[in-house]
Amino acid sequence: MMEFDIQGGDFLNAGESSGVIKEYMKRIGLPHPFIRRVLIAAYEAELNVVAHAQKGTLHFTMEEQRVIITVKDTGPGIPDVERAMQKGFSTASSEVREMGFGAGMGLPNMKQNSDTLTINTEVGKGTEVIMEFML
Amino acid sequence: MKLSEIVKLIDGVILAGEEKSNEDFTSAYSADLLSDVLALTKGHTLLITGTVSPQVIKVSEILGITAVIFIRGKMPSGEVLEAAKKKLDIPLIFTKKTMFETSGILYQNNVKPCENMPADEV
Repeated sequence: MMEFDIQGGDFLNAGESSGVIKEYMKRIGLPHPFIRRVLIAAYEAELNVVAHAQKGTLHFTMEEQRVIITVKDTGPGIPDVERAMQKGFSTASSEVREMGFGAGMGLPNMKQNSDTLTINTEVGKGTEVIMEFML
Repeated sequence: MKLSEIVKLIDGVILAGEEKSNEDFTSAYSADLLSDVLALTKGHTLLITGTVSPQVIKVSEILGITAVIFIRGKMPSGEVLEAAKKKLDIPLIFTKKTMFETSGILYQNNVKPCENMPADEV
């Protein structure tokens, strides 16, 4: 298992974990399309923390037949998960949009790339996103 | 299409990766929205973009983008170029031409759209 800290607002370092995870998955010989799916979903999840929360963590767990990515934050929580899952719905700031994000594709893209996506969230407390990738 | 030919036709400047001038590029995707690049492209592709934020480099690293053409005179900062040279081993090209014109020139020269999906199918 690997754990990485995520700092809210730190867009410059967002996705630093993906480099480490990528190297690990390559080294143990996982197929390229699988690695790509994990990296895209993990980066999207991490970006959400950077864009909306103060801080968070990303856990990477490798099991025999699956990878699990858990991203937890102490952010504002998601008041309406169903709405947040809709394509094009975004609450990202203009700063985030200027960087090229905030198209409201993050959660749909995480769902698209993972085999299961679980969102546990409480307004005012934070959000936990668990994604499972089957080999 | 060879990188050197692409650069010539779009009046481009190679910012990094000149050693790959002879490599062939066969597919491309044009977008400013990195969210779309992340969600809608499949497989390796050259990226034509007007977004010059440091996140372009991260997205390119994650997706295995084969080359980036920065269009309409958008020049990435020295910091972004340094990060790119450190983390990516891919050509970066600058052109004053628009996204439309750059894409059109590549398309005319047999560079095809990369494998991708429309947003309404995500």
